[in-house]
Amino acid sequence: MNAPLGHKFWPLPGGIHPPENKQQSLREPIRQAPLPNQLIIPLTQPGYAKPDLCVQVGAKVLKGQVIARGTPQSGITCHASTSGTITAIAEHAVPNASTLPEPCAILEPDGRDEWQKLPAIADYTTADADTLLRRINEAGINGLGGAGFPTHTKVRGALGKVDTLIINACECEPFITADDALMQEEAGAIVTGIKILLQLCKAATCLIGIEDNKPAAIAAMQAAIDDARIRLVVIPTKYPSGAEKQLIYILTGKEIPSGSLPMHSGILCHNVGTARAITRAVLHGEALVSRVVTVTGAALGRPGNLETLIGTPVATLLHACDVDAAKLSRLINGGPLMGLHLPHADLPVLKITNCIIATTLQELPPPAPQQACIRCGYCAEVCPVSLLPQQLYWFARSKELDKAEKHNLMDCIECGACAYVCPSHIPLVQYYRAAKAEIRDERDKHRMAEHSKARYDFHQARKQEEKALEEQRRAERAALAKQKREQAGGSGTADPSDPQAAIAAALARVQAKKAARQAQSEAAATPPAADKEPDA
Amino acid sequence: MSNTALPSSPHEHQGVATSQVMQQVMLATVPGLAALVLFFGWGTLLNLLWLCALALAMEAAVLKLRNREVWFYLSDCTALVTAVLLALALPPTAPWWLGLIGIFFAIVVAKQLYGGMGYNPFNPAMVGYVVLLISFPLQMTRWLLPDGVGESLPTLADSLQLFLDRAPDAGIDAFTGATTLDSFRQDRAGQTLAEFASASPLMGRFGGTGWEWINLGFLFGGAYLLYKKIIGWHIPAGMLGALALWALLFYSGGSSQSGGTPLFHLFAGATMLGAFFIATDPVTAPTTVRGRLYYGALIGSLVYVIRTWGNYPDAVAFAVLLGNFAAPLIDATTQPRTYGHKP
Repeated sequence: MNAPLGHKFWPLPGGIHPPENKQQSLREPIRQAPLPNQLIIPLTQPGYAKPDLCVQVGAKVLKGQVIARGTPQSGITCHASTSGTITAIAEHAVPNASTLPEPCAILEPDGRDEWQKLPAIADYTTADADTLLRRINEAGINGLGGAGFPTHTKVRGALGKVDTLIINACECEPFITADDALMQEEAGAIVTGIKILLQLCKAATCLIGIEDNKPAAIAAMQAAIDDARIRLVVIPTKYPSGAEKQLIYILTGKEIPSGSLPMHSGILCHNVGTARAITRAVLHGEALVSRVVTVTGAALGRPGNLETLIGTPVATLLHACDVDAAKLSRLINGGPLMGLHLPHADLPVLKITNCIIATTLQELPPPAPQQACIRCGYCAEVCPVSLLPQQLYWFARSKELDKAEKHNLMDCIECGACAYVCPSHIPLVQYYRAAKAEIRDERDKHRMAEHSKARYDFHQARKQEEKALEEQRRAERAALAKQKREQAGGSGTADPSDPQAAIAAALARVQAKKAARQAQSEAAATPPAADKEPDA
Repeated sequence: MSNTALPSSPHEHQGVATSQVMQQVMLATVPGLAALVLFFGWGTLLNLLWLCALALAMEAAVLKLRNREVWFYLSDCTALVTAVLLALALPPTAPWWLGLIGIFFAIVVAKQLYGGMGYNPFNPAMVGYVVLLISFPLQMTRWLLPDGVGESLPTLADSLQLFLDRAPDAGIDAFTGATTLDSFRQDRAGQTLAEFASASPLMGRFGGTGWEWINLGFLFGGAYLLYKKIIGWHIPAGMLGALALWALLFYSGGSSQSGGTPLFHLFAGATMLGAFFIATDPVTAPTTVRGRLYYGALIGSLVYVIRTWGNYPDAVAFAVLLGNFAAPLIDATTQPRTYGHKP
């Protein structure tokens, strides 16, 4: 059955058409990346909580065995990507913006690549949502498209709220072809994953958004789609059509309100790689231990798409693609427009690593020196969220954060289209990132201040309460003492020759008076509750 | 690996630099410039070369005084564009000192004293032009009769004499005369449009004699800039649309009260130069798409108002400067709706 093509779409405002540079890595089918001497398996994804460690240093592990279990809130379960020995649990550099090391397990492969699989769920159509979600969690699946949000959390949160499932097959950034290659070779597994997701979220329709520069993938997907709920929508190639909110608009004409999530608009969005990982986890009981990584760039003799074990050092991939170290000018993790600059190649492939670019000075020249903004407005023309980048730049530079916020800086998706076209070579996105971080800092500070104030007020109130309670106790004690004294006095007056008793009696009298005064003033300060009632 | 790596995305660039944008703008002035030389002799070209040299020298001097890297800023070509635009606006009889004063006010005062490229609130070339127009009205209104109307065009030698502020051999009055717009204001004396057109040799087929070709030249250059996506269509469309609309409103059937046909206003004076080359200066224009349309319309309206009821025959310079004043306000009131926000 062929999916109907030519579905309606809403054109993306703005956007750019950078050179695609995708053919280089599509010359060969997906090949297996070599087994490295050492795998560096991060115990957490950047930005997520540290999961609970399940193995000791020196432990022998099998492929797919849990190394660290994700916390129920947000952590992601990590598995051994191959069989071997855990030689260390230590901090290691990973590809992240902060350049801070993250806790990692170092795994020395034994070369046998021996699996420890989860039991297969052969007929997913009869499995309930909880079973499937638990499996997705156990298999350590997170979004393979970019942000790496844990898939089970995302799906669970959307249960019962979704009418449209969107599968992102755009891969709009230049150079990257991992999803393209995957669709060409494993369209069936992707479609099965989509059907599992459809069964989970109970969406009525699934729209697969794919750019028209992938004819082979379009044909493969079209042939594999065997479900009337799933429709393939071919959209014009334009960057950044594959950004989540942009793709939702292109496919549905809906805008996700600022600060809200797609699921609140009845939409759940997943990447094709995630769909394939779900199929593997459910049907074959395989944890997410590998992914397709595009390894490309002019510094490589044999670029391509490599099925890569999570934790494989970037250096291993470069070597497998015949890197020419003399030509290599820089390494980029991800695409050339939103990717992360890598300082060196001793960094592991993460679950979210879709591309490694080993480029040369000719291919991606270093940035030209920054000139003054001439307000040409090219940036505003290409901004896919209709911001005024050049105005935001002035606000960011002059630290007018309130104005930047008012001009919706926080809605910037950092796609880099503005900086790409800027004739003055202003690193606009860099300015926005800094300004956004400052705004978030300010918000945190404000929140902290509010929190401290609330705590202080609470503390004051409690102190007052304690004081009142103490006074009350004292009054009670005094009354008791007086009573005792009066009882004692009834049998005869206090012995005047006993000075201790005289002092005690005097103190008791004073305290009794004080307590009486206190009680009186309190009674005056708080009018009887009944007085308030009639007005209500 | 080299240390020139960019720490932050994007790592790729379209590869178009400001200097290339400016070079394209200068290239696009060639058809209009050629028409000017064809109809009014060599004066404009002499002024253009003179002003380019002065602009570079003055820009370099001020950059040096401001302790800026001279070559880095000179090579952006913005000073040259200012010089070219001012030269195109000056009468072809302008003596050397007129250009000197004009370019000084344009480059040193209007541009560099406000902070240099990108920081000037007013169009430098138009500031230079207006200073000259107010200070030296005689020299600034001393235009030539276009080729075919006057007895003969000044030769290169005549133009050189004029440039050196000496009377040419044939005497200065042999060449000079009012521009079409000037004559349209001064000499009509209650004639209908048709009567004036048949009586005045300065009225061309649809615009001014010579001026219609000059305007066509700038229109052609403007179309090239649009095609190359150097400029957007909003400012020219707003300006030309508003000007034509006003002309249509006050056309009054070509009677003696008529303000002129829309076509006449589009193809007379500095209309096309203003619409495609001057009003489109991005630094002094609004940055929002809608704002640029309004800005163009404001300038077009002001051009018509000043031409018809003001004291000056042409009005592009004043209209653009008044538009510059309004640009920040237009920007503030025409913010686009961001994705995910309510209108």
